[in-house]
Amino acid sequence: MKRHIATTIDGEAQEFLCEDEHTLLDALRDVLLKTATKEGCGTGDCGACSVILNGRLVCACLVLAAEVEGARIETVEGMADPGELHPLQRRFLEYGALQCGVCTPGFLVAAKSLLEKNPDPSEKEVRFGLAGNLCRCTGYDKIVRSVLDAAADLRGESG
Amino acid sequence: MNEDKKFRWVGTRPVRPDGIDKVTGRANYGADFALPDMLWGKVLRSPHAHARIVSIDLKRARALEGVLAVITAEDMPDLFSERAQKNGGHDDSNDLAQNVMARGKVFYHGHAVAAVAATSSVIATKALDLIDVEYEPLPPVLDISSATAPGGPLIHEDRITQGVEDAGPSNIAKKVQLGHGDPTEGFELADEVIEHEFTTRPVHQGYIEPHACLAQTSPDGRVTLWASSQGHFMVRDYTAKLLDIDLSLIQVIPAEIGGGFGGKTTVYLEPLAVMLSRKSGRSVKMVMSREEVFRASGPTLGTRIKLKLGATRDGVFTAGEATLHYEAGPFGGSSVMAGCMTIFAAYGFPHVRSTGYDVMVNKPKGAAYRAPGAPMAAFALETVIDEMAERLKIDPVDLRLRNAAKEGTLASFGPRYRRIGCVETLEALRDHPHYSAPLGPNQGRGVAVGFWFNAGLQSSAGVILNPDGTLTVLSGNPDIGGSRASLALMAAEEFGIDYDQIEVVVADTQSVGYNDVTGGSRVTFATGMAVIEAAGDVIRELRARAAAIWEVEAESVVWEQGEARLLGDTARAPLSLAALAKQAGRTGGPISGRAALTARGVGMGFGAHICDVEVDPETGRVEVIRYTAVQDAGRAIHPSYVEGQMQGGAVQGIGWALNEEYVFDSDGRLENPGFLDYRIPVTSDVPMIDTVIVEVANPNHPYGVRGVGEVPIVPPIPAVVNAVHAATGVRYRDLPLSPPKVLAGLAVQSDD
Repeated sequence: MKRHIATTIDGEAQEFLCEDEHTLLDALRDVLLKTATKEGCGTGDCGACSVILNGRLVCACLVLAAEVEGARIETVEGMADPGELHPLQRRFLEYGALQCGVCTPGFLVAAKSLLEKNPDPSEKEVRFGLAGNLCRCTGYDKIVRSVLDAAADLRGESG
Repeated sequence: MNEDKKFRWVGTRPVRPDGIDKVTGRANYGADFALPDMLWGKVLRSPHAHARIVSIDLKRARALEGVLAVITAEDMPDLFSERAQKNGGHDDSNDLAQNVMARGKVFYHGHAVAAVAATSSVIATKALDLIDVEYEPLPPVLDISSATAPGGPLIHEDRITQGVEDAGPSNIAKKVQLGHGDPTEGFELADEVIEHEFTTRPVHQGYIEPHACLAQTSPDGRVTLWASSQGHFMVRDYTAKLLDIDLSLIQVIPAEIGGGFGGKTTVYLEPLAVMLSRKSGRSVKMVMSREEVFRASGPTLGTRIKLKLGATRDGVFTAGEATLHYEAGPFGGSSVMAGCMTIFAAYGFPHVRSTGYDVMVNKPKGAAYRAPGAPMAAFALETVIDEMAERLKIDPVDLRLRNAAKEGTLASFGPRYRRIGCVETLEALRDHPHYSAPLGPNQGRGVAVGFWFNAGLQSSAGVILNPDGTLTVLSGNPDIGGSRASLALMAAEEFGIDYDQIEVVVADTQSVGYNDVTGGSRVTFATGMAVIEAAGDVIRELRARAAAIWEVEAESVVWEQGEARLLGDTARAPLSLAALAKQAGRTGGPISGRAALTARGVGMGFGAHICDVEVDPETGRVEVIRYTAVQDAGRAIHPSYVEGQMQGGAVQGIGWALNEEYVFDSDGRLENPGFLDYRIPVTSDVPMIDTVIVEVANPNHPYGVRGVGEVPIVPPIPAVVNAVHAATGVRYRDLPLSPPKVLAGLAVQSDD
């Protein structure tokens, strides 16, 4: 028996059918075909599937699909209005903070969540705040710089 | 090429063409494709490191509702029996076929034994549990010592060591040797001789995207594959070979690739997905779990290197000699040859010899990993050089500079170097403020040099002029780290038009000519050459069209700043690219160019890194507190992505040095197949990685490009290990330098 779930994803009401074994990540990617959220491990170790669930940063692979009835989910797809880019996305592009790009959606969501809680983080706070997201390409340097400068952008401090 | 030439686009940092898709989640990676009739494929993997397959019973799995196909090696062409007879018992494609699906024996914990396709991934997973396999476990061969011990178990009873006369069956697949002069004579000339043995453990490339593909087959034999790889032509060719299909019948559509580092230069799932699709008559999607990535996709395996270095008291190297054993996995084919070729390559030696052994073990079949074979070799040489500098009381950079390879130096692997930047790179490192910055208590600084050949190989490209004057560039190499941007920059420079007017497309196997893999740091160099040639093709045609319009000879028309100009005639208005594009239909038809080449004149690459660490004497934890990477890029086409390669390689190497290793139990089962227990560096583990790009142009490339992707992983291991020595006084020679090992070294030291 499949379960019927009604939820809100990036501000849009969504309904889907899922099996008991399905995670939120399975529901997003394989049921709703919303593949912007990536899977790197399926065990909550890499952060590629980071989404914001009712205001809290989670790995979508560690949440059961059946748990999101009535929930509000934010993914990378809803970070900015159509045709616009979030300051984090702009800084990632400007600095080349992605190489292969598969970890990027997760990093952007995790960084957005971090900056919502701490709008003026130190480099160390950014590094610890994003320690749950793995990137194998960049060595993190340009990611950390992008987040620090996007934070300044969001505070309205950039020249 | 002209080193003083000023560029408008080359060397700038525009947003990459695929950037917005990748920051918004629109970009489609291997697992992001779906078809309406799609099934899910899953692989049953061996629970044993070494066993004979007695029987496989598929009845229960086939009976499960929703299962549409189950396959084993019986369903695949038997390359082993056919080709092996022609090739004296051994053929690399046999190895690949056996690795993709075990035939008769399993050779490692994780080896594919059977595969299923079902209407959902949940059912496919359940079906795997219903496949009944009877194994007869065999004693596994788990490391170099047991593989080479006389009388020990053999992985293949019929495999003879290549490169050794009168060899009997052995776990050594191959012996290689190279060098020049006579090391014995060289060591007699030395005032100091240092000799040590070094060991490293298997490590994984650790790309974040698991292997994934989607296969669609047609009753007429045609195959369409969507796959994430470092080369869709490679996927096509290997799949065709293993399944005996004509190349023209397979179309491989490249997905965006979520990291590879060499590990996606072979196939695992694709032939299975095609077979499952043929059997079921449906399209089949397969995605590895992270556990499967660790257990069954190629890591680079363990090594043991014995190295001897001799020098005069003035710090001139007199001889080097090394014996390298590299684990290959169960089939041979390790990177030991590259280890032998690179180990002494950064320096001039009058007498040098490397001997390598390719050792078969019951571990996953190794795959290429960024500068394959070189980081372990550099670990051995560069830490011995550090010790030599200490003994001779010479600054370690100075000692390296006295011996550094330069134009004309006879390389240890055969040729004489052409223009290279080893000396310039070391000088830039020496002059960097980091090198002379003060250190605190428990802190130490290490330096090391790294070398990689870089590759040329085959590339094809196309340039299409669109009717509105924009350009479409066709490449056949997956963009793993910004190559669309570097190709667009070079095309913009050639045409003299804006970067934004050029779109680079990674075209499928039926839409552009053949390209070798995205590997060997070759795409910006070699595919870049093809794009430049294809652009030249278009520009020649544009000049001819302008000449026809002006009714002059083509020789009197030049192409400058995006327009055709008539030489010596300033009265005649130039014809822009857009104007010529618009008139193409009337002046001879659509305009496009193409190029196909084997790139010659590759520019060899050198890097030098400085690492500062702080070692906690209580816990043994090593923290990297400052890091600077210097590298000769030849010419940085898009400097941000050159820096990114340097930074990423440095951190990958730091992980290898300090933490990463495959842990096997005594039966050869991998105990840490996940990112929790196989811990790659995270953001909080590392500092900013400072970069210095040195540009000693490669004279054989129109823009001086050398290739940059692989060199950065060669110096970090010895740079870190030398820094730990500087902080602690202990010389560590077994990776990784995890806290327990560091503590043990400190304890031995305090006992002395």
